Amino acid sequence: MDVFLQLTVSGLSTGMVYALAAAGFVVIYKASDVINFSQGDLLLFGTYLIFFAVAQTGLPWSLGVVVTVLLAVALALVIERLVLRPLIGEPIISMIMVTIGLSSILRAAVNAIWGPAPRSFESFLPAGDVALGPVILSSGRLLSIPIALAVLAALWLFFRHTRDGIAMRAIADDQQAALSMGISIPRVFGIAWGLAAASAAIGGIMLGNIVGVSPNVASIGLRVFPVVILGGLDSIRGAVIGGAVIGLLEVYTGGYVGHGLSLVVPYVVLVLVLMVRPYGLFGKEIIERV
Amino acid sequence: MSLECGVFHTRYESDMGLRPWPMQRIRLAVFAVFVLVFPFVAGPYWVDLANQIAIATVGAIGLNILVGYTGQISLGQGAFMAIGAYTAGLLTLNLGLPWGVSIALACVFTSLAGTFFGLPSLRLKGLYLAIATLAAQEIVEWAMTHWTAVTGGTEAIVIPAPRLFGVRLNSTFAFYWFGVLMAAGTALFAANLFRTRMGRAFVAVRDQDIAASVIGVNLFRTKLLAFATSSFFVGLAGAMIAYYRTIITWERFTLETSIVYLAMIIVGGLGSIRGSFFGAVLITLLPALINNAGRALQDTAPVVANLLPYAQQAVFGVVIILFLIFEPKGLSKLWGNVKDYFHVWPFAYRRG
Repeated sequence: MDVFLQLTVSGLSTGMVYALAAAGFVVIYKASDVINFSQGDLLLFGTYLIFFAVAQTGLPWSLGVVVTVLLAVALALVIERLVLRPLIGEPIISMIMVTIGLSSILRAAVNAIWGPAPRSFESFLPAGDVALGPVILSSGRLLSIPIALAVLAALWLFFRHTRDGIAMRAIADDQQAALSMGISIPRVFGIAWGLAAASAAIGGIMLGNIVGVSPNVASIGLRVFPVVILGGLDSIRGAVIGGAVIGLLEVYTGGYVGHGLSLVVPYVVLVLVLMVRPYGLFGKEIIERV
Repeated sequence: MSLECGVFHTRYESDMGLRPWPMQRIRLAVFAVFVLVFPFVAGPYWVDLANQIAIATVGAIGLNILVGYTGQISLGQGAFMAIGAYTAGLLTLNLGLPWGVSIALACVFTSLAGTFFGLPSLRLKGLYLAIATLAAQEIVEWAMTHWTAVTGGTEAIVIPAPRLFGVRLNSTFAFYWFGVLMAAGTALFAANLFRTRMGRAFVAVRDQDIAASVIGVNLFRTKLLAFATSSFFVGLAGAMIAYYRTIITWERFTLETSIVYLAMIIVGGLGSIRGSFFGAVLITLLPALINNAGRALQDTAPVVANLLPYAQQAVFGVVIILFLIFEPKGLSKLWGNVKDYFHVWPFAYRRG
């Protein structure tokens, strides 16, 4: 039972990082139909930016987080303007390849600036353990869950209640109609990339605190796919639940079955979901079928 | 591509020829002479690069048949190459089959595996198919590293060197001829494929699948055939790597491999055979050239030289993005432009 609880907390905290990365992915997909293979590298950038702000520049944590998010958003806006906007309306393969190209540039940049060796810094999450009855849990991991949920709730409220959020949903629904209602598509795409980068940066900050700062963080980028396919490509709620499910599944198979199976289980789930219910748990049911 | 004027075909055979115009034959002859002379004048380093290009050409043409001509996006290239390489290697190692037989069997087996992984394409298309093939890639990669009983896990498999009439075929010089033969054969097959009913059906499925099915193309059959044909050559490329290196390791067949091959056909030109070759050349030479530049700069500017491994990764991304933004039709289109320019040179007609 203790093991189970411990695995659950660790799975949920991993899952919430997945959810943050996936939420950024979903926002971009929703607004512009681009599937973003560089989401993991945005996360990586977030991790290194917080390392830069806190450990290298010596900013206090609160300020460091703000600086990290702002820098990440600025980076995403530049990317959107320079790389994505010229390609609006191009076929899917171009969109996939352009984000793959971006991913290799971002990763090279991180390696060139900070070097390939793992770095470490003092975590701002309390380091100690919390005793929850008979179970001892790492408080850092425990705390990361509500933080992620708060960010995701903010994203959800944004889509629900703000002018730009509603504009984004309108574009996702029908681009032509949205255009004729006077919604500026470049503006909305820019906001989408900014939001995606912000949510990835927060995910990166948490990851830096939980597992440390190293180039391996970018591998999360591929884990996003099982999450978003399970949750539905265009649903924030789906990203949260998909993230939790995939995170838990990974940790349980790792803990109870072993044999490195936890690496492959998410992809098996992905294939099964694609076979049975390609639009995922909460996705819009319009999917291109053959 | 501009139309040639002043060339009048008097026989159907000449009209149907792959290279009906004299200029095309001259260019082909020049290229053939270059290919024949190259290994005698170039050092082993460059011949080794040429061998890699030959393998990459086979793989890129295979991928282009699927992605460029049939429009089915696949991120599973690395997995299929792995299947080809491991099948060929294990057949030789465990059953003692001669290398020629195991390469042939490896191609057929990869073709079958490709058909299996192509099954999702019957229900999914576009980015969903891309994600499904991504999952296939991850699953095969996992199997390579964890199915220890068969693949040896993360340990490398060493296979005996292929021999032909007592000559070791995996020496740089000997393999060159094998590689050129395979690449030329693949290119010839592919060039002819798209003049047949089957090849035309592939293109019809890419351009408008519903319209294709209306005019009587069986989508089910055509897509699976595309996966089968494509993976046949991808498996061949994998098997060639296995016998050239005689060491099979999983690191050669990761998702990165899939991405590199996709980059080749994008940079070279989707739906173009010469484009596959151009892309294979550029993407294979790029890291080698950067490496050489790094070695040259080691003494004069060590700071720059130390950054070069990262530059290699970044340049890869930059090349993809620049091509997508400025020349989505790739090197193949650029080559066409050059040809068109010289075709009427010096009497170019300028618009505007």
